[in-house]
Amino acid sequence: MATKKLSLKQKYSHLTRGLDWEPSYQKADDIFPYAKYEGIKIHDWDAWEDPFKLTMDSYWKFQAEKERKLYAVIESMAQNNGQLGITDARYLNAVKLFIQGITPLEYQAHRHFAHLARHLPGAGLRVAAQMQSIDELRHCQTQIHTISHYNKFFDGMHDFSHMHDRLWYLSVPKSFFDDATSAGPFEFLTSISFAFEYVLTNLVFVPFMSGAAYNGDMATVTFGFSAQSDESRHMTLGLEAVRFLLEQDESNVPIVQHWIDKWFWRGYRLLSLVSMMMDYMLPKKVMSWSEAWEIYYEEAGGALFADLARYGIREPKYSDVAKAEKDHISHQVWSIFYNYSHAAAVHTWDIDDEHMAWMREKYPASFEAIYQPRYLEWREQAKNGQRFYNNGLPQLCQVCQIPMAFTEPDDPSKICFRVSEYEGDKYHTCSDGCKDIFDYEPVKYVQAWLPVHQIFQGNCGGATMPEVLDWCHIKQGADNLDYAGSPEEEMWNRWMEGRRSPPPAFAVAAE
Amino acid sequence: MRIVSITLQNSPDAAAIVDAILADNPDAQRKLYPAMTKIDCPGRIDVNAQSVSDRLGREWDTQEISMSVISLSGTVDEDDGIFSLYWR
Amino acid sequence: MALASLNPGYSGPTRDKVENFNGAQLVYVHWEGHLNFCAGITLPLPPETPFGALASEILPSLYSADPKWRSDELETARWSLDGEDWAPDAGKTLGEQGVGHKSLIRFWTGAAA
Repeated sequence: MATKKLSLKQKYSHLTRGLDWEPSYQKADDIFPYAKYEGIKIHDWDAWEDPFKLTMDSYWKFQAEKERKLYAVIESMAQNNGQLGITDARYLNAVKLFIQGITPLEYQAHRHFAHLARHLPGAGLRVAAQMQSIDELRHCQTQIHTISHYNKFFDGMHDFSHMHDRLWYLSVPKSFFDDATSAGPFEFLTSISFAFEYVLTNLVFVPFMSGAAYNGDMATVTFGFSAQSDESRHMTLGLEAVRFLLEQDESNVPIVQHWIDKWFWRGYRLLSLVSMMMDYMLPKKVMSWSEAWEIYYEEAGGALFADLARYGIREPKYSDVAKAEKDHISHQVWSIFYNYSHAAAVHTWDIDDEHMAWMREKYPASFEAIYQPRYLEWREQAKNGQRFYNNGLPQLCQVCQIPMAFTEPDDPSKICFRVSEYEGDKYHTCSDGCKDIFDYEPVKYVQAWLPVHQIFQGNCGGATMPEVLDWCHIKQGADNLDYAGSPEEEMWNRWMEGRRSPPPAFAVAAE
Repeated sequence: MRIVSITLQNSPDAAAIVDAILADNPDAQRKLYPAMTKIDCPGRIDVNAQSVSDRLGREWDTQEISMSVISLSGTVDEDDGIFSLYWR
Repeated sequence: MALASLNPGYSGPTRDKVENFNGAQLVYVHWEGHLNFCAGITLPLPPETPFGALASEILPSLYSADPKWRSDELETARWSLDGEDWAPDAGKTLGEQGVGHKSLIRFWTGAAA
């Protein structure tokens, strides 16, 4: 008798429903203690199906194939001194931001999806979460392996995990994920799977991966594409999970709407670091932040929220503010990093005339009037040996933890100050969006580990800047300060000079 | 009708998928970017496994699409022989 | 709004209570109209700090990194404290004139005063 091959749907059904069971001697509420406390009501867990219908055998097969291909590219890049092929060493500050800021989030995601793989009552969702957990660990590992090659030559990457837990600008992504992982399973799915990995994902992917492609960093392109092939499953999980919640019970709609509002805003603020990277750190530019926001949020998001309107979901609150800010945030965040380059493990530098011309073209409403004069002054100060650094520590937003450099949506000359009172103490936020988040759950945010405040409590290695930088494992004079005069600038210029001379017998970078 | 889209790597396998999509979905438009190809189409895209297999010269099943996909926009429905993207 | 929590009555440590700052309070200052200083600045200052010390030593040490800073302009500056108009007295301490933990001091100099 010939064995009949199971169809995709049958195989998937056997794995997820067939291996699941109804508990007979323990209560479901005891087995799944996280399922109800957020107020979300699910009547039929079986109604959720993974559109990709992956079973374990196909998962392992495809993921192993991706790994084989990826590691071949990494090895080839190492053997062929791929680091010589980038447009300019300044580009690598984007890679430093990535390994310091994003790679540790992949690990956090891995841990939390493993938690969801145990604690979500639906078998289909548990299997999808289990696969995502392994995906995220793979992303973390592939990023570390790839970037380890750059670490042999360039600064700022050597202690990324240690820095992630201590440095002022890295508490921004860290606290974003801490907020999500300390929430319940449904808020987590809405925040990460939906808001971050579906609504906002292209605003991370296009700047970093296209930025890498445009700037000769084929290694990052390769791990980026390898990860993105998993992301299509993740984004689908996010969209389908949110639809599932909205379809299960009408009373879920306002809860989900609240989470969409909160996480749109938190994700958007986090992305301001990416906006700075794409407008300032890419020698060959992909597009401006303003353009990216128009294409990937205003247009694409418009189609998405039109689809969700059938459930009573509206566009996120403060979408209008994000639109008003799109000509400003990249410049404001660059100014933060320029002010505080002495305390960061990425370099900044003075903008040249060609870059300013590009900015004037991309930001006709804001750049020439507001930001160019500042940059010209800074360039002048640097030329006179007085490169500008800010001697004070910045005021941080209690929620997003970014230095409060954002301005009023209708007035880019005025810092946006918002304040709340809770149990006799003041809490400052950068915007209505962050203030709303604080006011809704102050018990969470009063616990924030704000780097500047921690320094002043004496918890960061000492009272002086050099002691704090040591505690963060910043190699002073190498990881920090302006790109001009840095050891890696000197190294890069020497390499490029070497390329212009007759080729040596051995690879230039081997010296 | 709202646009669905799929973005694929510029790899040899993905090139066959792109060709199959363009052949089987008359309203689909292709846009080229560094290292990737985006296909937009009003309403629906169907990726036909047989169509891809014919162009690849070997058997290809729809689950292999995960090796080539970079991004997508729309509701996914996958079954033996066909991978679909659509908006309801 | 009550936090949705696994166990009722959830609470956690308030990390920036004034007691944690070894006798100091946090005070935020901002020189309005000069966004080359990208954001307000956080200072740990004991409430016994005379305002005069802030005006004559601390603010100049921070803001003279801008070549356009002139310390004498502080004499005619306009001030706000926690969102209200403020006329600081150089002879009094910060604590004596309403500057508390996490107060925000904003000031305008020159033509903007």
